[in-house]
Amino acid sequence: MDTLLPITVFLPIVAALAIALGAPARFTALGAAAFTLLAALFLAMRFDTTLVGSFQFESSRTLVEIAGFPQLNLAFGLDGVSLVLLLLSGVVLLAAVWIAPGESSIKGSSRLYYLSLLLIGGGAIGAFCSTDLFFLYAFHELALIPTFLMIGIFGHGEDRVKTAWTITVYLGVGSLVLLVGLIMLVMGLGGNTFNVAELAALSKVPETGIAAGEQKLIFGFLLVGFGILVSLFPFHSWAAPAYSQAPAPVAMLHAGVLKKFGLYGLIRLALPILPAGMEALTNVLLILLLGNVIYLGLVTVAQKKLDRMLGYSSVMHMGYVFLGIAAANHLGVSGAVLLMFAHGISIALLFALCGWMRERFGTVDFDELGGIAKHVPKLGLLFGFAAFASAGLPGFANFAAEVAVFFGAFKGAENGIGWIQWTTIVALWGVVISAVYMLRAYRSLFMGDTPAKLESPADLTWATRLPVLLLLVPLMLVGFVPEILNQFIRPAVEGLFLVTPA
Amino acid sequence: MPVYFLEIIVVSVGLLILMLDAFVKLEDKRTLSWIAMLGLAITFGLLFRVEWPESADGAFWQFYAANDHLSLFFKGIAILASLLVMIMAYDYSPVVVDQTADPEPGAHPQAGLGEFYALPLFACAGLMWMASANNLVSIFVSLETVTISFYVMVAYLRRNVGSLEAGVKYLILGALSTAFIVYGFAWLYGVTGSMQLPEIASALASPDVNVTAAMFTFALILVALAFKVGGAPFHFWIPDVYQGAPTPITAFLSVGSKAAGFIVLLRLISPFLASGMLVAKVAFVLAVIAALTLLVGNLAALPQKNFKRLLAYSSVAHAGFLLTALACSPTESAAKGGALTPVTVIAFYLGAYLLMTLLAFLVMTTIRKKIADESFDAYAGLAKRSPFLAAAMLIAMASLAGIPLTAGFIGKLFVFKLAIEQAQWFLLVVAIVGAAAGFYYYLKIAASMYLSEPNVKRGEEPDNSTIPIGKIARVAMILLIAAIFLVGVNPNLILGLLS
Repeated sequence: MDTLLPITVFLPIVAALAIALGAPARFTALGAAAFTLLAALFLAMRFDTTLVGSFQFESSRTLVEIAGFPQLNLAFGLDGVSLVLLLLSGVVLLAAVWIAPGESSIKGSSRLYYLSLLLIGGGAIGAFCSTDLFFLYAFHELALIPTFLMIGIFGHGEDRVKTAWTITVYLGVGSLVLLVGLIMLVMGLGGNTFNVAELAALSKVPETGIAAGEQKLIFGFLLVGFGILVSLFPFHSWAAPAYSQAPAPVAMLHAGVLKKFGLYGLIRLALPILPAGMEALTNVLLILLLGNVIYLGLVTVAQKKLDRMLGYSSVMHMGYVFLGIAAANHLGVSGAVLLMFAHGISIALLFALCGWMRERFGTVDFDELGGIAKHVPKLGLLFGFAAFASAGLPGFANFAAEVAVFFGAFKGAENGIGWIQWTTIVALWGVVISAVYMLRAYRSLFMGDTPAKLESPADLTWATRLPVLLLLVPLMLVGFVPEILNQFIRPAVEGLFLVTPA
Repeated sequence: MPVYFLEIIVVSVGLLILMLDAFVKLEDKRTLSWIAMLGLAITFGLLFRVEWPESADGAFWQFYAANDHLSLFFKGIAILASLLVMIMAYDYSPVVVDQTADPEPGAHPQAGLGEFYALPLFACAGLMWMASANNLVSIFVSLETVTISFYVMVAYLRRNVGSLEAGVKYLILGALSTAFIVYGFAWLYGVTGSMQLPEIASALASPDVNVTAAMFTFALILVALAFKVGGAPFHFWIPDVYQGAPTPITAFLSVGSKAAGFIVLLRLISPFLASGMLVAKVAFVLAVIAALTLLVGNLAALPQKNFKRLLAYSSVAHAGFLLTALACSPTESAAKGGALTPVTVIAFYLGAYLLMTLLAFLVMTTIRKKIADESFDAYAGLAKRSPFLAAAMLIAMASLAGIPLTAGFIGKLFVFKLAIEQAQWFLLVVAIVGAAAGFYYYLKIAASMYLSEPNVKRGEEPDNSTIPIGKIARVAMILLIAAIFLVGVNPNLILGLLS
């Protein structure tokens, strides 16, 4: 029994409640986010990397037993995958709250602003740390209404209200499809438990496992449900407008952290429980992920505004994570998890800088900006780092992760080039596309001539530099020493592929 | 205490209020609503101290189900709904007085208010009796007690055209549905030779039942009861009547009347579902009605601009989910999984529905006192003006839409589970479409409250004063919010009451 993990999960939510009841908004939110990150680091330090395929720091509290229905447990636990995502959430939540505007400069209720940020972050943390399917789902939904309000009230752009609607209805539909898939999954395994580990164990026993045909159906539901949440092509159209119109901290949290929930769900549930269903639909997934990497990659190149370009690029990069999952082998999935971390941090970094530019310059249009590196050199430097990371240059975590994904997906090529190897070959061009749009963006914003009427603001102050460094440092640390996170990921991924229950 | 004392107490309190109103000179007639609230609260407490008769032989027990816990649950819903309606009616009194009072000199300034507090009690007694009725005669009499009380209550605002129009519509369609049910009862008696529900059940279960006649009977009864619960295509009265009726009465209609309709539906349809000859056909018809209701309710709610009409269609939509649960009755006698049957799911769903709908109506009544407008415009910018009311409404809407950790989500979860268990794939798809539409129209009100600026006529200053909330109303709102979240993580709070 460990109480630190439940405390970590509930801290942001309790802080949100406190803000609703009158606690000072920014102070409480910053404190809660900082403590959450510290707790996550502490948990990582105490994490035992020798245990394969089991949850650590487990705590479980039976809430209710319902006749004819699985009992509901408020159960938390961490394995390597969820630990990495918890670290990601902690870092991005703190940076997002830090970079959020001060209470006096928020138009409207600053309480609502910080409360929503904490609920979005807290919901994601709860979902990653829950080992009970009911709460895994429920925590994720906690973010739905706060996101709606944040984009609708504090977003920018003329049609922010319309965008808020689109994302809410889209994600609402996604989670309903997902809900049906999850109920089918639980009932297919006997309908007696919501515990993720128990479900996985049941699925490995031939008597209680799910028949291949049914697995295919359930995986179909999960793929569509989770796919909508992760903006898998062709369910991607909510993402870019929402990220470009959301306030910067919300875009950071949503694109960086919350969106990883769908990928996490596939890794946590589909890989161990529905291997046959996944195998049957891998080719569909491969085609869809090429849609993300190539089609949306080209769409990204065509963007004329930084925020929309970042929105599309975050959608595009999801394709690589799906490729790692579709590889369904140790290397590919480890790469996918590492990429979730790397992408989460790098996109949060880019949105943070983009938000700063939009606030100071009043625009992030490529045509209206140019040559600003001369005026704000520190921004230019940091943005350069972020853009290189996102494009997957060596030295950043993204590179290590993408390499692992590609190697994982290419495994088995010695037996002949199959669908997945061809997909990998095509998807590699996505790296070139990323480089194209990132470098073009960098050139037209930071290099060249400054438009005559552009008034340049003062460069980044420490108030912005610190949260930006908070994001950049782990990105480079993991880039140079991927083992920092791989030591956690390795045993967890091994556990996913165990044939007999642990 | 014998169980039928509950109804007697409620009726007595109602009569007491009528007498006090007629013969005692009261300064403020709202005192009467205090008496009603007190009476209902005491009755609710007594619900937990009921004694069942040792034998059900007496003539009385032919009409009144003995030893039936489900009926107690529905009595509880009726009492709780009436109590909350009474709290709203207290706050709503200025509107009632404004729309009913006689301008004659010498008349009491609140003339006409007294009956407004007595009628819900009579309806409540009828609803409670309906929960226990196990004979066609007692079902009919209790149903009419309720319906006739509602005829008066819906048309209560006699200086308001909308209310009168609603009253006439409700009267005509209500009478029509009564005709259907009487005709259905006559056929039921003809087919089974009994007025007693248990005997009807055994007659229908025998293999030599006349299937055609039984199905015709079923159709007649279903039509009549679909009118009561708002099942499509018999839902047409709902939006107009909900919009025109006084707000507390709308709340009462949408919760009390629906719950009572469903208990009668359960009691009358269960014998058909238990009969091996009929169950497949009956379940099919129910599935069709459920799918239609889900589609009509949810899709018609999308373009609504008046909040009461929106809640009217939402009540149709929820009737669709409830009918879905009913249509998922197991076709084999041995239900797999056990205790989570359509009956318990429906009871749970109605309990959850009561919490969230009445919370929405409580907020609405409070706002209506200050702003004489029931369209979404009245809610524009509410979040800045009254953050508590806006938050309460947001929680009610989130629960109605079925966001996890609220009571409404568990209700939908159970319904989905039943549909998957019975492999009702078509209904499941329709239910998903419906629930998705729900996300949109329930959040529309949130958008108005949080995203819009208050509408102001040119040259006028916006009124940014906080909307005052009555003391009991505030307590009731807080309790309802707490209940919505508690039930959302612990459904046993309601399910436990069923056994």
